Amino acid sequence: MEWETVIGLEIHAQLATNSKIFSGSSTAYGAEPNTQASLLDLAMPGTLPVLNKKAVEFGIKLGLALGAEIGKHSVFARKNYFYPDLPKGYQISQYEFPIVGKGQLDIELEDGTVKRIGITRAHLEEDAGKSVHEGFVNQSGIDLNRASTPLLEIVSEPDIRSAKEAVAYVKKMHSLVRYLGICDGNMQEGSFRCDVNVSVHKPGTPFGTRVEIKNLNSFRFIERAIHHEVARHIDLIEAGKGHLLVQETRLFDPDKGETRSMRSKEDVNDYRYFPDPDLLPILITDADIDAVRADLPELPDAKKARFMSEYGLSAYDAGLLVQSREEGEYFEAVAKGSGDAKLTANWMNGEVAARLNRAELAFEQLPISAEALVGLLKRIQDNTISGKMAKDVLEAMWQGEGDADSVIEAKGLKQITDNSAIEAIIDEIIAANPEQVAQYRSGKDKVFGFFVGQAMKASKGKANPATLNDILKQKLAG
Amino acid sequence: MSHTDSTSGALTSLSIKALHQGITSGQFSVMEVTQAYLERIERFEPEINAYITVTKESALASAVTIDNRIRAGELSNPLAGIPYALKDLYCTEGVLTTSGSKILHNFISPYDAHVTTQLKKAGGVLLGKNNMDEFAMGSSNESSAYGCVRNPWNPEYVPGGSSGGGAAAVAARLAPMVLGSDTGGSIRQPASFCGITGIKPTYGRVSRYGMIAFASSLDQCGPMAVSAEDCALTLNAIAGLDERDSTCSTEPVPDYTATLNQPLTGLRIGVPKQFFAEGLNNEVATIIQAAIKAFELQGATVKEIDLPNSHLAVPVYYIIAPAEASSNLSRFDGVRYGARCDNPQDLTDMYKRTRAEGFGEEVKRRIMIGTYALSAGYYDAYYIKAQQVRRLIKNDFVQAFNDVDVIMGPCAPTAAFKLGEKVNDPVAMYLEDLYTIPVSLAGLPGMSIPVGFTQSGLPVGMQLVGNYFDEARLLNIAHQYQQLTDWHTRMPAQFA
Repeated sequence: MEWETVIGLEIHAQLATNSKIFSGSSTAYGAEPNTQASLLDLAMPGTLPVLNKKAVEFGIKLGLALGAEIGKHSVFARKNYFYPDLPKGYQISQYEFPIVGKGQLDIELEDGTVKRIGITRAHLEEDAGKSVHEGFVNQSGIDLNRASTPLLEIVSEPDIRSAKEAVAYVKKMHSLVRYLGICDGNMQEGSFRCDVNVSVHKPGTPFGTRVEIKNLNSFRFIERAIHHEVARHIDLIEAGKGHLLVQETRLFDPDKGETRSMRSKEDVNDYRYFPDPDLLPILITDADIDAVRADLPELPDAKKARFMSEYGLSAYDAGLLVQSREEGEYFEAVAKGSGDAKLTANWMNGEVAARLNRAELAFEQLPISAEALVGLLKRIQDNTISGKMAKDVLEAMWQGEGDADSVIEAKGLKQITDNSAIEAIIDEIIAANPEQVAQYRSGKDKVFGFFVGQAMKASKGKANPATLNDILKQKLAG
Repeated sequence: MSHTDSTSGALTSLSIKALHQGITSGQFSVMEVTQAYLERIERFEPEINAYITVTKESALASAVTIDNRIRAGELSNPLAGIPYALKDLYCTEGVLTTSGSKILHNFISPYDAHVTTQLKKAGGVLLGKNNMDEFAMGSSNESSAYGCVRNPWNPEYVPGGSSGGGAAAVAARLAPMVLGSDTGGSIRQPASFCGITGIKPTYGRVSRYGMIAFASSLDQCGPMAVSAEDCALTLNAIAGLDERDSTCSTEPVPDYTATLNQPLTGLRIGVPKQFFAEGLNNEVATIIQAAIKAFELQGATVKEIDLPNSHLAVPVYYIIAPAEASSNLSRFDGVRYGARCDNPQDLTDMYKRTRAEGFGEEVKRRIMIGTYALSAGYYDAYYIKAQQVRRLIKNDFVQAFNDVDVIMGPCAPTAAFKLGEKVNDPVAMYLEDLYTIPVSLAGLPGMSIPVGFTQSGLPVGMQLVGNYFDEARLLNIAHQYQQLTDWHTRMPAQFA
């Protein structure tokens, strides 16, 4: 029997609030160390946490998007442990009563089937600060700018069976939190990171020993870390060294492509959770939930279905276009402006997507506005330029050389659709190549391509290909 | 200093109201009052040790400012120009704030607690920071890292705790009014031992912002002064919503002086039978019963009430309070402020030695108890169970208040005891708060008013317990009693 991989994920999404979850300090990334740390963030004696209500609203948003139960009585609890970047000596989190209960997220597998992944819970908590080791000798620095930044920890059921599924799940969640506007999804800055729990077993037997890989902050790392870890488990078990497999926390080293042990179960703290007496329970009414629901944007799955029915797109095209809220909105703007949804989808998922990929840019960084793309598509639709020429125009637009019309004008790329001009070019070519004309007329159809090439060359690529073909056929027929 | 002892003695025997009248009428200045208190502190403080810090320079400086502002008509608050002191767990910007602990021996607070701000705004003159049991853990003030406080009525006796420094300061007239804090009896018991008036308001009545936490679900700030009227004036300045404390109540704040003179006609007094059972000193029982009788003679009705779960209060308290404390005190780790051990070898060594050297015995004992109670496998049996019983205790009071307006009984089972007497017997020390702890667990307001003296000349306080947010009624009852008695105005002879 084959080994089966069992994966559960914990995703930490930093909530996109302006201020921290329990203090008024800014959450902006990248400030000088400790310049965004208030008295509370420094855990000065006597300071008290005050809940940022926006974080609660964001939690409810995610819960609704996951079809989950919303905790109407959720409670903050203290998770007690000592660490220099944890200034209070405890982290304020949620334990018994999280803001979001059981829910689910549907992911699409490569073969097009949909798989439902169970969500165990999602809870609000504050982030810790950071230890800084560079620039210190025999000491560490502490930067508390990140302390008390709001996080939503989203815990999945162990329903995931492969690295690919794990990545699909994380991507879907990543897309969802950005749709909801509750997290900027910036993985480099750590705004969206995940811990992966991995084990292997033979189907029908109990789950194997579980290992947690901490703090993965890219889709690729998630995939590589899981592959490495699964292989390590199987190798150990098959070599009869299954006993060496222990429940532990591991870190992934992307340079080596390996995981290494961080701490074992024996070192695990007893966190001594108890309800934080400084904060009252969060009481949420049906009216509160309804208000948040009314404010929910159209979510990816619904948008995809609508793109298919409303614009006649394929599931594949629609799926690509709903990856982010911005992309979906952009598509609709261009489809409406150009009046051709299919053409829009082809360009966005083709040339535009390819260019973004090559430049390693996110969709939001696309340097061409929806309006500008409409301008380009219009010139294709009215035959001013060919599809091939349009790619060059797009390139110029990308480089900031102006809109489609001014690029076409400046480069003189306007198609020649004037029949007499094309006829004149063709007459000249026929006159200059009697040998090829004879060949064509004797039945060698292949020579036709030669004439097209010559004519295009003579028109500097500007001849409308359809018109050119028609006239050429007529003239060659004699 | 321009005043003779007799003049300054006269000034320091005045009530807040009389001081206010004297200051506003130009009879004497804020500077004169401030100097009179500073002189007394200088003279008597060595015998009492009621202060950890005396802020003489800043007190004199603010006296000048406040005199000017009063003369310019900018300040007319009843507390304008009134000297006061703060228990050393209220953060005070630019002033040493130790919470009675060695671990904060060098902590100059960068900010003001809510109550500090309120008293500053009202124009009070801060005389200094009062001695206290370390992190408010104690009932005798002997756990302070800054030496024990002596009871002005007899220096061989403790002043009670944990607000023992403040209580002794008021009793010896080293401050007309102080802010104490009460977690399980820390205002009421020392008020009783020192023969002064103190009120612990309803939990949530006064913001805890800037008060160094002991047990967050119980800690409450309150005034201690000579009379109920002085307490009412002070409570007016500090009570009310502060959004920086999420547990602070939105309940409107009345003018606590407005109802002081209401007659007590028809007052229904409840006397818990459990508070007069075994453990209560006979002499104290007699004095308390006489005081209740005095109310009866004024037309109040007295009814025995039942608080069937009150005997569980001390054990419940010694789970919940240490559990919260064990977590609250984790921040004292030597990383950001306060003491750090010399030459730490590594992180663990720094934590261990900083905390081992910085905390005293009682604090360590409670951190251990609390940590244990919250540990995996014990949490349900201790912490959860304690919270359940806490609800039962609260329900007993809620039930009782259906039939009575106020509950009266002893504050403590005995009058003040001798220094060192209970230091090695933590359980005996914990039982000191037998009658105050149930009230704290229920979150109800409680007061202590002086109602007599023992044969050996030690004061005895009676506890008044009110319904939620019924501080005005408690102060009214206390004030009416104080109109008919003079226990509260008596002063220890050697500090007269």
